[in-house]
Amino acid sequence: MREGKLKLNSDWNKRLGVKFTVQDPCQLVRKSLGDPIAEDLRFVVKACVGEDNFIDMTPNRSNNFCCGGGGGFLQSGFPEARRAYGKLKFEQVDRTGADYCVTPCHNCHAQIHDLKEHYEGKFHTVHLWTIICLSLGILGENERSYLGPDLAEVNMYP
Amino acid sequence: MSNQAIVLKKKSGPTFKDQVMAVLPEGGNLNSCLTCGLCASGCPASGLEDMDPRKYLRMAALGLDEEVLNSKWAWMCTMCQRCVYACPMKIDIPQLVFNVRNRWAKEEQPKGIRGSCEMSFRHETCSAMGASEEDFTFVVEDVLEEYQESQPDFADMTAHLNKEGAEFFLNQNSREPVTEPDEMVPLWKILHLVGADWTYGSKGWAAENYCLFCADLEKWEENVRIKTRVVEDLKSKVWLNTE
Repeated sequence: MREGKLKLNSDWNKRLGVKFTVQDPCQLVRKSLGDPIAEDLRFVVKACVGEDNFIDMTPNRSNNFCCGGGGGFLQSGFPEARRAYGKLKFEQVDRTGADYCVTPCHNCHAQIHDLKEHYEGKFHTVHLWTIICLSLGILGENERSYLGPDLAEVNMYP
Repeated sequence: MSNQAIVLKKKSGPTFKDQVMAVLPEGGNLNSCLTCGLCASGCPASGLEDMDPRKYLRMAALGLDEEVLNSKWAWMCTMCQRCVYACPMKIDIPQLVFNVRNRWAKEEQPKGIRGSCEMSFRHETCSAMGASEEDFTFVVEDVLEEYQESQPDFADMTAHLNKEGAEFFLNQNSREPVTEPDEMVPLWKILHLVGADWTYGSKGWAAENYCLFCADLEKWEENVRIKTRVVEDLKSKVWLNTE
């Protein structure tokens, strides 16, 4: 992005005003690269969706709550405990009022997607790559499984 | 609150906590607890199995080894390290948990985690879903061809397998090739647009390593070494693994 190779553009969302929040993955932020990578994450997401359409949850960055998808919890055979653990995360995302939660981690994506279904939330859970390609105008129709009806046709490629 | 006082049995030899301290840098600061509860107050696992991080550490400190070692809570703490971040003494409770997992007999460990660890050695792919070299190669080539043909700006997009000397070696979580192959494509497109020189491997391609979660150090290392060998054989400069 900084070298100008990826021309991210948020114009598609100017009129729509679809709101986004991000999940800071424990593995990426607290356990690996710290707050600087959390800032990079926000820099990228804001470039894709527009500064005004980004809402942070609290607490965040290195102090973020784990979603409950890590450490093998998704595969451990304790779904009730896992969802009880994740209730905090669900409420945190839900309270932002965001339409989408961007989850740049495989475990976070699977867990938050499941929490939303289980607790019947209104938000959608998307990979970061989906939002980047959407904002670049190169996201085809078969690459939109995690987008809601509001974005199903937006900025369609080709 | 408990009405009955817990009577501690006098033990000979090192407690479980002492054993864990012996293998951690600075002993994981496991003797430094001020009992403040900052760990427990921000831990989403507090309350599960009637446990929380402070209680778990205090029990270990009191030598209640059997209770600590047998509690299923060790599989409900995700080892996310928020407790360490919040702790004024930087006590490594996640490593205490990791070492508890390590002590569980293989047949007693959660089957989903244990099975995924074992499955990753079925082929040289490290795939916890048991996908083979042929499976992966077929899916990648098939999906790539489809997109090259249907999306004109991406006719030259690549997704190489075993390209020697590529700058980046990229791992791939098994979930996409096995259950939702179209989800591989957005990342390929981004790599294409920035002109990245990257490759997958037909061996060692799977990003995940469940042997870490069952704290099986030998199997964890075996899994990592399979991938490392592939990266080194292809002479890639950078290994990208997002797991």
